[in-house]
Amino acid sequence: MALDKRIGPGWRRGLARAAAGLAALAPFGAAHAAWELNMPRGVTQISREAYDQHMLMLWWCVAIGVVVFGAMFYSMIRHRRAAGHAAANFHHNTFAEIVWTVIPVLILVLMAVPATRALIVMEDTSEADMTLKVTGHQWKWRYEYLEDDVDFFSALAPESREAIYEDPFSREHYLLEVDNEVVLPVGRKVRILLTADDVIHAWWVPALGMKKDAIPGFINELWTRIDEPGVYRGQCAELCGKDHGYMPIVVRAVTEEEYVAWLGERHAEQEMVARAAERDWSEEELMARGKEVYLTACAACHQPDGAGQLPAFPAITGSPIATGPLDAHLDRVMNGKPGTAMAAFAGQLSDVDLAAVLTFQRNALGNSTGDVVQPSAIRAAR
Amino acid sequence: MSAATTHDAHHGHHDDHHHHGPEPGVLRWVFTTNHKDIGTLYLVFSFLMLLFGGALALAIRAELWSPGLQFVDPDFFNQLTTMHALIMVFGAIMPATVGFANWMIPMMIGAPDMALPRMNNWSFWILPFAFALLAATFFMEGGAPAAGWTLYPPLVLQGGANLPFAIFAIHLMGISSVMGSINIIVTILNMRAPGMTLLKMPLFVWTWLITAFLLVAAMPVFAGAVTMLLTDKFFGTSFFSAAGGGDPVLFQHIFWFFGHPEVYIMILPSFGIVSQVIPTFSRKPLFGYESMVYATASIAFLSFIVWAHHMFTVGMPLAGELFFMYTTMLIAVPTGVKVFNWVATMWRGSLSFETPMLYAIAFVILFTIGGFSGLMLAIVPSDFQYHDTYFVVAHFHYVLVTGALFGIFAGVYYWLPKWTGNMYDERLGKWHFWLSTIFVNVLFFPQHFLGLAGMPRRIPDYAVQFADWNMVSSIGGFGFGLSQLLFAWIVLKCCRGGRRASAEVWDGSDGLEWTVPSPPPYHTFESPPAVR
Repeated sequence: MALDKRIGPGWRRGLARAAAGLAALAPFGAAHAAWELNMPRGVTQISREAYDQHMLMLWWCVAIGVVVFGAMFYSMIRHRRAAGHAAANFHHNTFAEIVWTVIPVLILVLMAVPATRALIVMEDTSEADMTLKVTGHQWKWRYEYLEDDVDFFSALAPESREAIYEDPFSREHYLLEVDNEVVLPVGRKVRILLTADDVIHAWWVPALGMKKDAIPGFINELWTRIDEPGVYRGQCAELCGKDHGYMPIVVRAVTEEEYVAWLGERHAEQEMVARAAERDWSEEELMARGKEVYLTACAACHQPDGAGQLPAFPAITGSPIATGPLDAHLDRVMNGKPGTAMAAFAGQLSDVDLAAVLTFQRNALGNSTGDVVQPSAIRAAR
Repeated sequence: MSAATTHDAHHGHHDDHHHHGPEPGVLRWVFTTNHKDIGTLYLVFSFLMLLFGGALALAIRAELWSPGLQFVDPDFFNQLTTMHALIMVFGAIMPATVGFANWMIPMMIGAPDMALPRMNNWSFWILPFAFALLAATFFMEGGAPAAGWTLYPPLVLQGGANLPFAIFAIHLMGISSVMGSINIIVTILNMRAPGMTLLKMPLFVWTWLITAFLLVAAMPVFAGAVTMLLTDKFFGTSFFSAAGGGDPVLFQHIFWFFGHPEVYIMILPSFGIVSQVIPTFSRKPLFGYESMVYATASIAFLSFIVWAHHMFTVGMPLAGELFFMYTTMLIAVPTGVKVFNWVATMWRGSLSFETPMLYAIAFVILFTIGGFSGLMLAIVPSDFQYHDTYFVVAHFHYVLVTGALFGIFAGVYYWLPKWTGNMYDERLGKWHFWLSTIFVNVLFFPQHFLGLAGMPRRIPDYAVQFADWNMVSSIGGFGFGLSQLLFAWIVLKCCRGGRRASAEVWDGSDGLEWTVPSPPPYHTFESPPAVR
């Protein structure tokens, strides 16, 4: 029974907004597209296919609804007993029954033909120009550019996480912003390979028009070719545990030149990370870096203050692992604990980040073992 | 002379023995084998579960009132959504329809009771234990199940101590359902009054006969699926783990092979109720009786070959997606036939709008809206956008709340005077109808917009552009929830007194249940009635 004790001011603000909204019946903030009614048309051929099928079906349903409900309401008004209407006694009409079986079949055929054509286009992942591998983790995404040698994790931006208990409206893209954006070039057909590390996730950016499940042990694929540069936001769409709602996706579509420049930056950064692991770090450096890593990689479950959330997520403060022998601590962080939400971070964090977060956990959050873990120790343990 | 006297005395004693009333006191309800008592037990139990599941829903709507986290943490939120669904599906809707079956089927086919009365008692009394077990998981280490009512692995296997308890609870519910269904099938096939041929049975009886076959076929599949979860978790199998050679998607196929028939298990009895109510208040026989029967049977058959439309995003081959799209679209044909028949029944009738009829009309309109969104969801290209969003949540609440539940409300108001011998308060009934109908649309219609705009389902917190419709939806949720307290009061008031109801109750009523007094004696049709 986990009623949250950290009740934010959101509830009171919500009441105030409700009062204002009911009075004005108007959108509250210009910053966000409030009162949105329909599916976005999107920026890819796939999203436009989905949108066109959606609108086609919507108008079919409206037309059928007008006929059927029209007949009902006509009958309800004209054939009232209160209006003195006497009941007829018919109870079947073979001709009518054949008509209202055959006509729906014909309408269904008219619906199925364009849907089939659209589906064939959407499922054609052949002749892609580049491949992006996406791996779902609880609760972040890993992106690997298979041809371009770029590999990084992307999680909810810390600014959004801080706003959860404070003021969600202070963030324009609350819960739809990440620390590392996926960058894709416009105009290229991108084949996206999907898999997962722990449980099933689903990768979905509405403006790109398609979602597909990321399933541990299997690889799914979808494709996209983005027409317009811009920032497109989405979320995990398959329930994946506690922080399912905090697993956004941000795709930044850029021109070919900007993409090449971005690849260069990424390569330089990866080079720097690799070099950083070769030297010894001071305790201050490790603690500062470790705090950052802890907040993005650990705090969602173990909490920013290390108190944990029992019983699923044990405390770091005073933990027998974080204050016990270093080897066991290192093993738990690098290899995880099977059958629980504790992931193996060996593949997710660099040597420096692992060394820093271990040092931080052992010397902060109420712990003080005095141990300093160097990147070289991590490399040795890999 | 003396022989005659002896015979009379013996006969009198015999009659006494047979016409005994209920046991006095609480034990009546524990030991009863009477179909009317058991029907009442089912209905009362399902209403309590409706309040329980509804309270969980209100907690969900309170948290979703505005973005950010205000009341619950995300894990507890997942427990709320999971338990809300399990309780509403297995605790509220299904037992309510079984309650109607118990009360009405023997009275509609001229049978003295259900065929297997002791099993009937057991079918009911398993349920309180099953739900006590399920509800107890809230107090266990790690809380209640939190992986959604669909229980997808591997997520569900990460859960705490609740998993075996939840699975055993599901086993018990399954046993209860299968026993209840066998009883209904045997009763209908063997205990009809002479002359009550199959194609003379009221449509409610037909829909339940078909529902019972669906239950017998589908529930064991579900029991098998959850048992495989149990062995994966505790006995080292890997049916659903790729690491051991299994496949997580296999669970989804098995689950939905049960899950789609389950959808019709919940809605078909309400189809039956509405097919009784509309002719009564149209004062005109049901249009297209035989096509209604065939349409119901077609829907039941199709329900077994459409399951994968719940999982278009798992990465099926194109041919598989097309097959399940086409079969799913086909369901629109028999469903359309039913809707057209209801409209044709009203056509040129002499309509009056008592509460049961209001609910039946709302059922036809709002269920059809749920059918429309179902047809849209069948179209795979756009389903890739709709899947796992609030559009789906809106869809299935339209078919299950304004569909199945509104059908149940129609049935309660329709037969309450028969059950209690008193008319309910028509003015309050209309209040209940209008409050429920307005608020339920405020609650669920905006969820279509939220889903289309991109809000995923099963999230405790959302981006700020979804704030406005969520608040509207929450207002509708609280209004709809509170309106049901009025329903409880109306039923209670009717049980305690009111204008006496005649045997026919409604001037347009037709069928054997209206030939016995209101309320009916404890035992009805001990000698079979004449069926014209």
